[in-house]
Amino acid sequence: MSPTKVAAPFKVRNRIRRLKPAATKHQKYKGKRTGRIKMEGKKKRKKKVRPQRQDMRRQGPKERIKNFNEVALGYSEETAVIEASRCLCCPKPKCVEGCPVLVDIPGFIKLINEKKFVEASKMIKKTNVLPAICGRVCPQETQCEIKCVLGIKDKPVAIGRLERFVADYEAAAGEIEIPPKPEPKGKKVAIVGSGPSGLTAAGELTKMGYGVTIFEALHKPGGVLVYGIPEFRLPKDIVAREVNFIKHLGAEVKTDFVVGRTSTVEELFDLGYEAVFLGLGAGLPKFLNLPGINLVGIYSANEFLTRSNLMKAYLFPEYDTPLRVGKKVVVIGGGNVAMDSVRTSLRLGAEETHIIYRRSRKEMPAREEEIENAEAEGVLFDFLVNPVEFLGDENGRVCGMKLLRMELGEPDESGRRRPIPIEGSEFQYDCDTVVIAIGQGPNPLAISALKGLKLNKWGYIEADMETAKTSMKGVFAGGDIVTGEATVIEAMGFGRRGAIAIDKYLTTGEW
Amino acid sequence: MNRIIKKKRLTEGVNLFEIEAPLIANKRKPGQFVILRINEKGERIPLTIADVNKEKGTITIVAQVVGKTTKHLGSLNPNDNLLDLVGPLGQPTHIEKFGMVVAIGGGVGHAVCYPIARAMKEAGNYLISIIGARTKELIILEDETRKFADELYITTDDGSYGKKGLVTDQLKEIIDKGKKIDLVLTAGPAIMMKFVSQLTKQYGIKTIVSLNSIMVDGTGMCGACRVEVGGKTKFACVDGPEFDGHEVNYDLLMKRLATYKEEEKLAYDRYLQKITDKGK
Repeated sequence: MSPTKVAAPFKVRNRIRRLKPAATKHQKYKGKRTGRIKMEGKKKRKKKVRPQRQDMRRQGPKERIKNFNEVALGYSEETAVIEASRCLCCPKPKCVEGCPVLVDIPGFIKLINEKKFVEASKMIKKTNVLPAICGRVCPQETQCEIKCVLGIKDKPVAIGRLERFVADYEAAAGEIEIPPKPEPKGKKVAIVGSGPSGLTAAGELTKMGYGVTIFEALHKPGGVLVYGIPEFRLPKDIVAREVNFIKHLGAEVKTDFVVGRTSTVEELFDLGYEAVFLGLGAGLPKFLNLPGINLVGIYSANEFLTRSNLMKAYLFPEYDTPLRVGKKVVVIGGGNVAMDSVRTSLRLGAEETHIIYRRSRKEMPAREEEIENAEAEGVLFDFLVNPVEFLGDENGRVCGMKLLRMELGEPDESGRRRPIPIEGSEFQYDCDTVVIAIGQGPNPLAISALKGLKLNKWGYIEADMETAKTSMKGVFAGGDIVTGEATVIEAMGFGRRGAIAIDKYLTTGEW
Repeated sequence: MNRIIKKKRLTEGVNLFEIEAPLIANKRKPGQFVILRINEKGERIPLTIADVNKEKGTITIVAQVVGKTTKHLGSLNPNDNLLDLVGPLGQPTHIEKFGMVVAIGGGVGHAVCYPIARAMKEAGNYLISIIGARTKELIILEDETRKFADELYITTDDGSYGKKGLVTDQLKEIIDKGKKIDLVLTAGPAIMMKFVSQLTKQYGIKTIVSLNSIMVDGTGMCGACRVEVGGKTKFACVDGPEFDGHEVNYDLLMKRLATYKEEEKLAYDRYLQKITDKGK
């Protein structure tokens, strides 16, 4: 293949070559490319060698399974600057295209390079009101970092870690500055749900000058960020900090308010809200329709994680909510929620923990980083198995399960190879706690009260992916309640697009 | 927010609270409940809304001391605030004129039955109320119920008040008298609801039970409260709390209610120790 076919722009391509540390795997081409190598040698003397992608400090696996403190400890100023220096500062940055909220990535990295950390954080906040959260839980490896041009021949710039660093730096420096209040528009918008999409929509609308009220059913704002994602992956102080930022911008948060029960959406319009954004989340746990599914000791991941995260059951009896975890815990599922559940059970004292997944490791939807974290902590993975029955003791507590072995067939509509049961492969397994983490459906509580709202065949709200408009005038919806389960940042992107569309609607009156 | 404006001791360990909650009061229909949390470290517990006063913007709840949270709740007084109060949750009772309705409340379960029974009476039904308890001291809301009930019967296990025996004995007596009952509704201990349902099934009397499952969020998000009704899994918080009494798997309900028995005892003992130490 001729070198001109390489995807990167010519200039950039050359810079990659020039700056590459003496790469042994390319040495076999030496003979053919003598001329070029010579040229590289000349220029190298002028430019310094590009540093390697910087690792982030973490708690060691043996230590961290004994506490709920955050596993990743973040960059120091020094490592952040080294990592930032790796950025190629592409004139047409691909990474930004990969970001659902279009953060000016090269812009903030350049500021880190100049050690202007607070300014870097502020730059991110122009388009992303939750940087400390995104820096922790976004799957950068499939979004911004996968697009990083440096990643073609080297490891991509650690954009997520840098984002996290500047957000934490700004907070630690006590320099969180609230942008000047915009001219009030004199119009009110109701946001239903305080998860990633609702918080983002609220933040953006507040910055535009709308009066925003967020209605949250639970007692703490944050949605999945507080009830779902564990403390060791996303400390709740950080969620509170980001929510406070949005409150400081001017948004009001009403907790303990169940839209659909405490008030209906129609009543919100009667109260003077001119647009409503539904960011309800998925929120209906799926259970397996198998014998014994309601035995004591079988939890939905939602219950297991809500007890631990929102209710702080890991601090029982200091906190009142208990969570019983046995010696051998089995988590069914292969996504991030399954990893969160199994790692929580370890920290709650389980002696043996298993992930049961019906496909193979390759098909697991969890982030590679989370799978590796779980493996390092001693979680056992049982692939290509699927439960068929749960077994209980005389007290109705789960004491085991029957499983079937699976093999992989042709890819299904998700593109992953379909698991097929192997006949006669049934076997048994002892366990005393089971967590079902196989996904969620749409929670009908708020939707059911909205007569005339169009739903899709899975029961999610039908809404325009660009404008978040639903079938009802003035009602917008975004995040998991439209897309089904997705990531935090995708929900945030949706919330942002929804805010822009709400502004347009309230400005023009056109639906 | 959520200020207690009135507290009334109904009997030993059972208190009635009137709480400021205008939004909930405005929306609540009989059969619905709230979830409350006393303080930052507290758990979320569901309690039926026994009554509302829309003009005052208040709701009434009745709580029996059964563990740490209810003990703590019982120690609160007017002007104290609950940190969190959310509702109204659950499906309202289907109220219509059925004809003759028998409402059976066991112990503090009568606080659940009471508002539904009154709504049934207001809908034009002939309303018979049966209140049962272990002993006289535990009978609650008797006078209030007497005001609207067409007939009122009381049973106690020890015979200290009303008829000695169980609520099912009283119900059977009414049936044996040849009265044509159109609907039985009942709330109380799971075992009582089980036996009431067994009896009414024999006579083909439609029976509605209000289940008291363990809950966390109360909005259908976690499934802690799941029960089996007619062989299908239902969430008591959003599908219920009322179900067809003849279809409920009571044995499963009782086992699930006992999930945290040890932890509940630990928390309660620890709390009692704490208040004893404080007293010293």
